[in-house]
Amino acid sequence: MSIELGHFALVLAFALALVQASVPIIGGQLKNEALMRIGEPAAITGFALVALSFVALTMAYVQSDFSVLNVWENSHSAKPLLFKITGTWGNHEGSMLLWVLILFFFGALVAVFGRNLPLSLRANVLGIQGAIGSAFVLFILATSNPFARLDPAPMQGRDLNPILQDIGLAVHPPMLYLGYVGFSVAFSFAIAALIEGRIDAAWARWVRPWTLAAWLFLTGGIAMGSYWAYYELGWGGFWFWDPVENASLLPWLAGTALLHSALVMEKRSALKIWTVLLAILTFSLSLLGTFLVRSGVLTSVHAFATDPTRGVFILAILMVFIGGSLALFAWRAATLSAGGLFQPVSREGALVLNNLLLTTATATVLIGTLYPLLIEAVTGDKISVGPPFFNLTFGPLFLPLLAIVPFGPLLAWKRGDLAAVAQRLFAAFGIALAAALLIYLVVDRTSVLAALGIGLGVWLVMGALTDLVLKSGLGKVAAPVVLRRLTGLPRSVFGTALAHAGLGLTTIGIVAVTTLETERIVAMQPGDSVELHGYVLRFDNLRPFTGPNYTEDQGNFALSRKTGADLGEIMSSKRFYPARQMPTTEAGIRTLGLSQLYVSLGEKTPSGALIVRVWWKPMVTLIWLGALVMMAGGAVSLLDRRLRVGAPMPRKKPAALPQGGSA
Amino acid sequence: MNGGAKQALRTLVLAAVLWSSPALAVQPDEVLSDPVLEQRARDLSAELRCMVCQNQSIDDSDAELARDLRILVRDRLKAGDDNGQVLDYVVARYGEFVLLKPRFSVRNALLWGTPFVLLLVGGSVIYANARLRKTDGPSALNKDEQARLDQILNGRD
Repeated sequence: MSIELGHFALVLAFALALVQASVPIIGGQLKNEALMRIGEPAAITGFALVALSFVALTMAYVQSDFSVLNVWENSHSAKPLLFKITGTWGNHEGSMLLWVLILFFFGALVAVFGRNLPLSLRANVLGIQGAIGSAFVLFILATSNPFARLDPAPMQGRDLNPILQDIGLAVHPPMLYLGYVGFSVAFSFAIAALIEGRIDAAWARWVRPWTLAAWLFLTGGIAMGSYWAYYELGWGGFWFWDPVENASLLPWLAGTALLHSALVMEKRSALKIWTVLLAILTFSLSLLGTFLVRSGVLTSVHAFATDPTRGVFILAILMVFIGGSLALFAWRAATLSAGGLFQPVSREGALVLNNLLLTTATATVLIGTLYPLLIEAVTGDKISVGPPFFNLTFGPLFLPLLAIVPFGPLLAWKRGDLAAVAQRLFAAFGIALAAALLIYLVVDRTSVLAALGIGLGVWLVMGALTDLVLKSGLGKVAAPVVLRRLTGLPRSVFGTALAHAGLGLTTIGIVAVTTLETERIVAMQPGDSVELHGYVLRFDNLRPFTGPNYTEDQGNFALSRKTGADLGEIMSSKRFYPARQMPTTEAGIRTLGLSQLYVSLGEKTPSGALIVRVWWKPMVTLIWLGALVMMAGGAVSLLDRRLRVGAPMPRKKPAALPQGGSA
Repeated sequence: MNGGAKQALRTLVLAAVLWSSPALAVQPDEVLSDPVLEQRARDLSAELRCMVCQNQSIDDSDAELARDLRILVRDRLKAGDDNGQVLDYVVARYGEFVLLKPRFSVRNALLWGTPFVLLLVGGSVIYANARLRKTDGPSALNKDEQARLDQILNGRD
């Protein structure tokens, strides 16, 4: 019964979304206040309805109601409760419902927190959100209905894909979607600005927190996905340039560019048209990512859906929204006034360079991801575009970008002095150089790349610190003054420093693990030892174990230092899930400082030995710790007073029709 | 692709589906005794796609076919092939699909060209804009503006 209720609620949400997509925008055109105000209750009620529908599906999963086709296909009564809940979005239909839930969540947030927006802007923004919402709810209802019944109901379900039975599924998709879908708000704001033909610094100030929040979640979602793949797939890779990964990286790159150009627009009123275009492109890339993953056009580890009707439907949505918004942009962009002036060497100039490199990097990843599809469609030939291509093209674009990051925040707006900034960064450069030399001389003399790469990461961290040191006057004025200045700095200054330092930490982690990693592949009998990077790993035994819905062979290892100090046990196992007849590897991982020892089990050799693969992964945790620091930067920046208060101040009577805004 | 190759591929796919026990990528018995040669084999393996897997290189893959290819690569290296010859050898048998780094060819011009063209075009547009701004920038005040400014400034007295 409740599953029908959920289905019904979703149909109602669709009808309401149609109202939300049309009435407020018509009201905006007619300057009719009552019509414009329909958007808010529609958005909030729509969210409540989708939430109801989502809860109904989740309940069916929790109760293992196998009379629901979707639950039968993807769940099992013996599954732990957490995976019953997360299993709701561990399949195509449920994950689309989560996508839509988050879309409506953002719509409701705009309705609740957008009270100080000019009425017509709010009406248009909510209208666009409604349009996107109605398209995707229709997609679910028409092609991917999770509420279909199965009669007679089977006794047992077919279980969730074992790779997905992990805490990662609880965190990764929701965060990723909060990021993906969060960019819809910036998109709606951009379309609303084009409809109204007006855009100003206040617009950028409204857009920035939404973009920042989406960026923050997307950063977390990507990092979480990366760590998940690292420990679950069993060969210790953290990024595979898989099309599905690229689909999440694309909006991140474009969103990062958007974040920076919106900053220029807010502070200096420049780059307006470019910011609007980036807002459109970022969400378009999110939609493209959804299409690539959900239509099944790609064959990759992540794709579970292969049904052409879905692909065609999403492609249609894609064409309407991307094509429509770009056409609107081409038609209306000229009406938006160009912004402020600046010298090439200035903070604006640095941010333009940042945008050039980021968008080129985005385009590179995009073409690399789509090229095999393109070639196959045009010539019928199959080609592969894999990690070597991306490393060769993305690397040379991203490395210079990283190298210039510390200059940006130190340059003055409008007209900067490059020589003076270089002088201020002298200490940071010295430390980075020392770090590079240290790596080269002490750690590894064969890899210049390791030394330079880690030096680059240190340069980023030190550059970020330099900004704080200079702004607080550390070393120049008395300690109490430094403290007062530090506390007086806008939070966004700390946000910038944290985000850039986090980028540096991630860089160090990536470079260290790709250039300095060591590996041993050995066949071991119980009692055998393998030595790696000053550690000794002794294989003790292989014991069978039975879990709730799997069986496994647990390999037990004892870890010690070469000097003899005991470091305890490491357990690495091979699991087998009978319901899906699928094996998985559960790597044994021990974190030692910032580095990790990674143990993965293989098959038995004919002589009865067990094949074991052991990696020493130096500073690998910095990859994800850096992402956490970046997220902290985003969060701190989000709490900045300027963004929290919003601009302009709420008017006592929001009756003033379209002449809102501060310009 | 001719019929024979298609048939072979189908067999391989089937084999991969039926094959279910997990193994590790490079096995101890595959490793070459010469570390320089082995490193070259690893580097080459990272550039070759496992044809029956989903976006994995043969270096990462557990599949039987990947193992066969890894051994093939090592055999070619032992026979004295240079890296290019090994890749040519594999491509001649399996087609360009196995290359994770597509070749520089006319067909792939758009792929390899896009980053450079875009950087060049974007850079030029920005450069042109910056020059335009310089010439377009705030010019000297005209007579009326100067008079108005004087009026304002004098008005303070």
